[in-house]
Amino acid sequence: MTTKSQALLNWIDERFPLTSTWKAHLSEYYAPKNFNFWYFFGSLALLVLVIQIVTGIFLVMHYKPDGTLNAAGIPVAFASVEYIMREVPGGWLIRYLHSTGASAFFVVVYLHMFRGLLYGSYRKPRELIWIFGTLIFLALMAEAFMGYLLPWGQMSYWGAQVIINLFSAIPVIGPDLSLVIRGDYVISDATLNRFFSFHVIAVPLVLIGLVAAHIIALHEVGSNNPDGVEIKKKKGADGIPLDGIPFHPYYTVKDIVGVVVFLFFFSAVVFFAPEAGGYFLEFNNFIPADPLKTPPHIAPVWYFTPFYSILRAVTYPLFGLDAKFWGVVAMGASVVIIAFLPWLDRSPVKSIRYKGPVFKIAVVIFVISFVILGYLGVKPPEYKFFGVLPGAPIAQLCSVLYFAFFLLMPWYSKIDKCKPEPERVNFK
Amino acid sequence: MSVDQKMDCGRRNLLLATSAAGGVAAVATAVPFVASLTPSERAKAAGAPVEADVSKLAPGEMMTVEWRGKPVWILRRTEEMLASLEKTDAVVSDPESDRPMQPEYAKNKYRSIKPEYLVTVGICTHLGCSPSERFKTGNESGLGAEWSGGFLCPCHGSLFDLAGRVYRSMPAPDNLEVPPHQYLADTVLLIGDDGKA
Repeated sequence: MTTKSQALLNWIDERFPLTSTWKAHLSEYYAPKNFNFWYFFGSLALLVLVIQIVTGIFLVMHYKPDGTLNAAGIPVAFASVEYIMREVPGGWLIRYLHSTGASAFFVVVYLHMFRGLLYGSYRKPRELIWIFGTLIFLALMAEAFMGYLLPWGQMSYWGAQVIINLFSAIPVIGPDLSLVIRGDYVISDATLNRFFSFHVIAVPLVLIGLVAAHIIALHEVGSNNPDGVEIKKKKGADGIPLDGIPFHPYYTVKDIVGVVVFLFFFSAVVFFAPEAGGYFLEFNNFIPADPLKTPPHIAPVWYFTPFYSILRAVTYPLFGLDAKFWGVVAMGASVVIIAFLPWLDRSPVKSIRYKGPVFKIAVVIFVISFVILGYLGVKPPEYKFFGVLPGAPIAQLCSVLYFAFFLLMPWYSKIDKCKPEPERVNFK
Repeated sequence: MSVDQKMDCGRRNLLLATSAAGGVAAVATAVPFVASLTPSERAKAAGAPVEADVSKLAPGEMMTVEWRGKPVWILRRTEEMLASLEKTDAVVSDPESDRPMQPEYAKNKYRSIKPEYLVTVGICTHLGCSPSERFKTGNESGLGAEWSGGFLCPCHGSLFDLAGRVYRSMPAPDNLEVPPHQYLADTVLLIGDDGKA
């Protein structure tokens, strides 16, 4: 480095911790050298967050959060989305990047969470990373849900109607609470405007704060790895973990490969199948919101469907409170329970590589249940597999299995026959 | 704090008092912000009663009018439809309409003022979707041979009979709401005002 630029860097470092921050989080942050495929999804989630923020900023320049009807009798908000698609130069691309980005966000986040489940990344001392992560997931669900109202189509309207009414199921405060969320007695312009405000300002701010906390906590304790052994236990004479390599340049370069492959698939969807057969953009949302008519089949977007299925699965009242309330409780619990994983897993080892058959079978059953719940969630309630096998009781069974995976974990993870963990990570 | 350093109670009290006063001010400031989330005066003022002319409604047909932003159905029931209510008495969760989902004058076996005309808010009592009409009976309906006509909520599958009574073991906890209404003439309805309130 030339003396002049070194002098400038010194000048900055005396006033702002630039070099030390760079070192602490990148060039001297030592990550285990045995990261595999599953470790791409954290950085990809960050990439999608950036895509969503940048495309979102440009969409806001043309979108109008207005539920009133224009001269042609079309809601202004709906018409402004059509305007972006048809008349704003490049608008169609920016919007498709944003709408595809929403689904991509959940794809990478689900895979990222599954990685944590496989390798026990939630175990001590990474409990707070996991809790921040669960909160990010919750904030992401809120962000996606509120964003989905903005196009003001039929699915936007009726999806919001259902979810807001969930809150009215809470005893005593419920009805007033849903009134405060809507700002009106029905979903209306007031609701659209506040959702817009939350979607573009409030929730993104929370999301960015949580992502920062997630990463700061991660860099405090260090990354887990596919073997689930702590690399900090074996340090060289220089105090650097023997199995650690600097994040930059090793993993920054590796992640660029991941980014290229990801963008390959992402672009394929954006350019060739932005609606993804009705799963990323539902067909009913191309019809303007009509408060008098629910579409014959309404379903949430695919990333909410496992939880939606759990909501639908509860059909009996309990303790004098109706089924609707318990459905809401079950759905809320199915998300919140994820946060408790660090204390539910009592296995002596972290990684699935050394866990016994019981845990492996449990994970397989869990994944199958989750996928079936997700599949049934996009289907109408009276759906039958192959036209004969009714879906509703299967959704109930899968909901039970979903909760059993978590609630029985303290027992089955303890009795499981685990293999001994290695001293150092496996690396070929 | 070391042992020989005595706490200055005067300063501590001042600290507590200013913190408390600051906290009160913060809460007081939050009040208008929370209040701004509640329905505006304009939203509260909306919701005038609406008139509906049912003279053109053929037996077995249904029309929808908008009242307070919600769909209100008016269904002209045929003799068979009314007879089906006897059959569904056994399968609905609140056959006598004991729960307060209708005005007193509609608390009868047809849940209506005139048996022929059912007037009900077309919003499922579960999560607020608008159920769809499934007036075909038996196997043709796709809801089983026992189905005697009614409504199916597309969102979570709640079933209602032709008096808006919810079937047992459904996500929806209550029968469809019957709004306050009255007949201004033989075939003219006023929805949202029964002249009693």
